[in-house]
Amino acid sequence: MVENVKELLRAHEGIKREVYLDNENSTPVPDGIVKAMLPYYSRRAYGNPTLTHKPGWEAFEVLMESAQKIASTVGCKTLEEITFTPGETEANNLALIGAALAAKDRGKKIVISEVEPINVLNVAEMLQKTGFTLTKIRVNPEGFLSLEQLKEAVDKETTVVSLSAVNHEIGTVQPIREAVKIVKDRNPNAVFHTDASDAYGRIPFNVQQAGVDLATLSSYKILGPRGAGALYIKERVNVEKILEGQIGTQRLWPGVEDTPLIVGFVKASELMFRNFEENTRHMRELRDKLMSGIMNETADVLLNGPRGDRRAPDNVNISFLRCEGEALTIELSLNGVYVSSGSACSRRLLQPSHVLVAIGRKFDQAHGSILMKVTRLHSEEDINYALEVIPKAVQRIRGITGSTGVE
Amino acid sequence: MVAVAGNPMCGDMITFYLKINEQNVIEKASFESFGCAANIATSSIVTEMIKGMKLEDAWKVSYKSVTEAVGGLPSVKFHCGILAVGALKRAIRKFYADGKATPDWLEKEPSFEEKQALEEEELAGALAKRTKLEEGK
Repeated sequence: MVENVKELLRAHEGIKREVYLDNENSTPVPDGIVKAMLPYYSRRAYGNPTLTHKPGWEAFEVLMESAQKIASTVGCKTLEEITFTPGETEANNLALIGAALAAKDRGKKIVISEVEPINVLNVAEMLQKTGFTLTKIRVNPEGFLSLEQLKEAVDKETTVVSLSAVNHEIGTVQPIREAVKIVKDRNPNAVFHTDASDAYGRIPFNVQQAGVDLATLSSYKILGPRGAGALYIKERVNVEKILEGQIGTQRLWPGVEDTPLIVGFVKASELMFRNFEENTRHMRELRDKLMSGIMNETADVLLNGPRGDRRAPDNVNISFLRCEGEALTIELSLNGVYVSSGSACSRRLLQPSHVLVAIGRKFDQAHGSILMKVTRLHSEEDINYALEVIPKAVQRIRGITGSTGVE
Repeated sequence: MVAVAGNPMCGDMITFYLKINEQNVIEKASFESFGCAANIATSSIVTEMIKGMKLEDAWKVSYKSVTEAVGGLPSVKFHCGILAVGALKRAIRKFYADGKATPDWLEKEPSFEEKQALEEEELAGALAKRTKLEEGK
């Protein structure tokens, strides 16, 4: 198998340019951020922050200052409201399981939506198997939550509601403040969690204004290193720990805190928020250029998700009819453009993206979907190159499809 | 001779076009695929393998030999090779179903690959039905 991969990599030799647009699934970490992380591996703050010696106290200082900085980017009251986790998956697990367990004597009803990321969806379904009741809120064809159904779904038994602020696949900016209001009107004790990984650094997001109790933040989704994330937990909201181990500085997450990764996360956040307006304007311009460039050049395409300000500034998700997505990701890769697909073929479970199915895309439409996310570091030339490559690749794959699968 | 196998819902659909001469030899073989890279690769290799073959020999092509010929496949992609061979066998069966005398070598019972292709199509059909039902709620 390794030999096959080596052969594949050799097939990429001589590509003109590389444009990485798969920022949903991982990101390259900019040199400046890596440079900021390096001293914390071996020069300073490499100790365990709970221990009583200089490297330990240094680590403790870094951890507290980092929590303070992340707290200030989302409007927390205190730095204690931030718990660092190894990423979005862990933060979402902690939020759902931890809040459900803490409130299990009050009720066992959980509410999520049909379009939550897998690390919310699967966790909620796991809780369902252990005796919790689960309701999934429907979305409309643009991916917006049905607030009517939310109103009906929440009652006195509801303990946890988890609805992401921005959809990770189709970029829908949800009316989170309204959703929180509906939930709290129905049941003030219900804990409201939002996975804000795709809102953070892209749209103005403030935990107090939104009114949420728990919020997930992710490092790599703002160009920080993988392996770092955080869960905002509002003062006095109860969450139980879900992993056992040596409890150190952080009450809810055992193990030694990874200081260099946390420093990288903070650095990424500083760079994102230093010029927030400019960064998001730049992303929005590139997004629209990429989106309209593809849609004007290629026939039989569908935009997945809304347009304009109701869409995250980085997200482009397009279905190419008669063009299987996984084959397209490979063809694009051989030309230096890296994207992912919601096609069943590109997933281990061989089922198309649940988000695309939820917005009413038919299987063959989800089959040819491509997800791209621009970052503040992309240039106009990057997008021009992608626009040069994509229509040709689509044409080539459609040539292989011919009339097969066309009704 | 044209034969189709698969269903876009499961992620794979193949059409084979075979030109068969009077000596029952495959003169030309081509394909279309609405499927992933493994689907395209296995379909392509099948057409390469069977060009110039007698139908009797083409019938003996197994998904294992196809998988080997593409240099191996990850387990989640085994079904692509099976589907490609299923489509080929369907095409051969269809050729003889058009009023010609059935030769001895053509098994009456569906082959492993044909059964698998059918099973995959039914599964995808059921999945689509379920989705439609959920939409109707």
